[in-house]
Amino acid sequence: MSPHAAVVFDGVTIRYADSPAPALRAASFVVEEGELAVVAGRTGAGKSTLLGAVNGTVPHFTGGHLSGRVTVAGLDTRTHRPRDLADVVGVVRQDPLAGFVTDTVEEELAYTLEQLAVDPPAMRRRVEEVLDVLGIADLRDAPLSDLSGGQQQRVAIGSVLTAGPRVLVLDEPTSALDPAGAEEVLATLSRLVHDLGLTVVVSEHRLERIVGLADHVLLVHDDGTVTNGDPASVLAASPLAPAVVHLGRRVGWDPLPLTVRDARRAAHDLRTTLETVPVPDGAHGRAPAQDVLLEGSGVTVRHGDVTAVDGVDLALTDGEVVALMGRNGSGKSSLLWALHGTGTRSDGSVEVRSCRAGSGSAGPHPVTVTPVTVAPVSVAPVTVDPARESPAQRRRHVGLVPQSAGDLLYLPTVEAECRQADQEAGAAEGTARSHLDRLAPGVPGDRHPRDLSEGQRLALVVAVQLTAAPGVLLLDEPTRGLDYPAKDALARLLRQLVADGSAVLVATHDVEFAAGVADRVVVMAGGRVVADGAARDVLCDSPAFAPQVAKVLAPLRLLTVAEVDHALAAARPEPSVTAGGGR
Amino acid sequence: MASLLPRALPRHLHPVAWWVWAVGLAVACSGTTNPLLLLLAVSVAALVVAARRGSSPWARAFRLYLFLGAWIVVLRVVLHVLVGYKVGQTRLYSLPSIDLPGITLLGPLYLEGLLAAAVEGLRLASLIACIGAANALANPKRLLRALPGALHEIGTAVVISVTVAPQLADSVQRVRRARVLRGEGGKGLRSVGRVALPVLQDTLDRSLLLASAMDSRGYGRRPEQAASARRLTGALTLTGLLGAAVGTYGLLDATTPPLVGLPVLAVGLLLCGGGLTVGGRAVRRTSYRPDPWAGPEWVVAGSGVLAAAAMLVVAHREPSAVVLPLGPLAPPALPPLAVVGLLVAALPAFAAPTPPVRGQR
Repeated sequence: MSPHAAVVFDGVTIRYADSPAPALRAASFVVEEGELAVVAGRTGAGKSTLLGAVNGTVPHFTGGHLSGRVTVAGLDTRTHRPRDLADVVGVVRQDPLAGFVTDTVEEELAYTLEQLAVDPPAMRRRVEEVLDVLGIADLRDAPLSDLSGGQQQRVAIGSVLTAGPRVLVLDEPTSALDPAGAEEVLATLSRLVHDLGLTVVVSEHRLERIVGLADHVLLVHDDGTVTNGDPASVLAASPLAPAVVHLGRRVGWDPLPLTVRDARRAAHDLRTTLETVPVPDGAHGRAPAQDVLLEGSGVTVRHGDVTAVDGVDLALTDGEVVALMGRNGSGKSSLLWALHGTGTRSDGSVEVRSCRAGSGSAGPHPVTVTPVTVAPVSVAPVTVDPARESPAQRRRHVGLVPQSAGDLLYLPTVEAECRQADQEAGAAEGTARSHLDRLAPGVPGDRHPRDLSEGQRLALVVAVQLTAAPGVLLLDEPTRGLDYPAKDALARLLRQLVADGSAVLVATHDVEFAAGVADRVVVMAGGRVVADGAARDVLCDSPAFAPQVAKVLAPLRLLTVAEVDHALAAARPEPSVTAGGGR
Repeated sequence: MASLLPRALPRHLHPVAWWVWAVGLAVACSGTTNPLLLLLAVSVAALVVAARRGSSPWARAFRLYLFLGAWIVVLRVVLHVLVGYKVGQTRLYSLPSIDLPGITLLGPLYLEGLLAAAVEGLRLASLIACIGAANALANPKRLLRALPGALHEIGTAVVISVTVAPQLADSVQRVRRARVLRGEGGKGLRSVGRVALPVLQDTLDRSLLLASAMDSRGYGRRPEQAASARRLTGALTLTGLLGAAVGTYGLLDATTPPLVGLPVLAVGLLLCGGGLTVGGRAVRRTSYRPDPWAGPEWVVAGSGVLAAAAMLVVAHREPSAVVLPLGPLAPPALPPLAVVGLLVAALPAFAAPTPPVRGQR
């Protein structure tokens, strides 16, 4: 172990008082000066615990028992509290706004220095330097709440950089940001690592964004053990890997490519092989949809004098998943809430086709039958405006899962939530629970909803909303905080819903998720729809929204590893495959 | 005076100066029930706010204070009609009176009583307008930075609540919308509990996050203070506060010997100051770009003090001029000195530097 190592974990086991298993088990690793280490793992696996232990927040602030030894720049966290390490370790968290103490950029940058009693001339100099390093000098007087997410996160990074720390710890710094904001933050990180030689420990769900920068990957397993190694070797065996790594594993590339650039150079033979295979029609190979379930025309939403949504026409048909994409503030959420009828709608109309307008017939579906079926054709369809319905009626037509899905839950146990959902929807007892078991099998009924993993909590909320048997389901950013397996599960669930005859509209930033689940992609900008078409067309044609596989295989129009799989299977009879797949 | 030049550089005025000004204006208001003077004071406060407020959220809240004031006037009048003690000669109309033990509801209504109630309400409303003006003009967080070091912890607690309070409103709205998504109307007593629980959890989470962020950014980092110094701080502050309390009592109660009044209060405040100094010595922190106290600050604070002094002088010399004459009813006087005093308090609208324009984005 080098005496100059920035972060040293030596047999660290961390156990919280009320949990049976340790969150971190016998973790030993070293992050040398100037390295960037990425912490990966499933949600709830102990990534945050590991990051918190670096500056002593765990256990000094959170409680719990730590055995073993954590040293940062030679200082033992056992004897140094987080506040004593403020000039050694800088910590940046997921939601920058939650950690801001002051009102303006400049004051926020100076806050740490004020606490450290740096004398005013030095303080001013350091604030100016950091403003320049992060390229936020023009924002110095701006109120923090007016900044975009990416700018806020850069200010959060700057506010700890002013103290001149040797180690920067970031806990999912991009998960609350749109792609542009995430790019800003990652570009800043890369600059700090390469130009300033800062040591960085960062956790990230969407590994595709960051793994190209990493020197190490620290993979936290579900049992709390930690594997440390170079990115290619750790990811080769991990279920948590970006699409390009899956592609590389599928085709058997060695060395395993981590970035689109590496993979594209390795993929020459694969592209020639696949050129012969015709591109599949629909993304999910299904017949074109017939029935329009929800139709919004000229939907306009104004908040004060800001027009959030400007005359959007959007129709959702049964059997299709539509992904709604666009940068933050482009009006996605406002559109969703307006379509649902709960949010304001200043102009335009929304019509939902309903086969059970009479409230009396809105009784429970038999649990055994696929629960989200639209009623038989013999019932004459009626169109209703959801905004005119009572909330209880509205959710029988359109269900909405909001961005902070946990807000919908307020009871102490999963079981109680499910019972309450049955009552609210007038559904047969056990309907909600059966939905939940279908979405996320094995969620313990006596668990508090807050103690569930992100994926399980989302599944519970979706189950609650499905209990009212809406024909249309709208989801706002459901993938936030989900790891790869949880995202796959969500995608399977949405596909199953539309196979049962529902329509699904999902607002998302996650291009890989959209590529895997959507039939149609709608892109919004400035409150208007700028693109609306088949997922393959919209995603492949845009450099910003193209998924990794599409970037690797361009000009071939394939979106996911699964599609490459199918295409390879179709190409198998041809002799060139072995060569193409081989190297 | 350079500050009176029209081209003074935009900057934040020292928050304490705004508060001295506002308290001076409030003292002037509390000394009178003359509606002309009260309305003049409110207009002065509104003028200064309109001329010199910043772009921060609380700067826009001045209107709310005015609404609150109007509401208080109305409430005071309604209460007078309902349960007030009715006196006067000019009978407006008679409502049937309901006699309850110790209190009479409704009953005959006189113009004098009604006006007295309205003026009382107006006085309270003008006090609220003055405090609202201070709030709109002085950033509360900047005010807290001017606190002595020993009160740093209290200041931080206030900062956290000031930061978390607007977010609380956000989460209430978010959770109520979520309730509607589950098919509830979002109204009624039952929904209060269902909204309160998630909001409370949310607020606790946020507060913990903020506290943890502050901890990792070096907040509260200080060397352990010696036990003797801690005891000295405690003793000084406690004796000082006790002295101040006794002194205030002596000042207000005319029957106590004069020695118990002002001198005891002064000694008590001095001891408190000593305690704060000793306690603050352990706090090692510096201030980034502290607000300077220069010419404009003296002008602003002085104008408020002048207004208060003018009103007190008038009230002492001709007490009838600062009240609304009710028996017999007459139009209120307009004492020139008090008017000039209040007009001086409008000086900050021109003498104070304009607040810097926040970055346009």
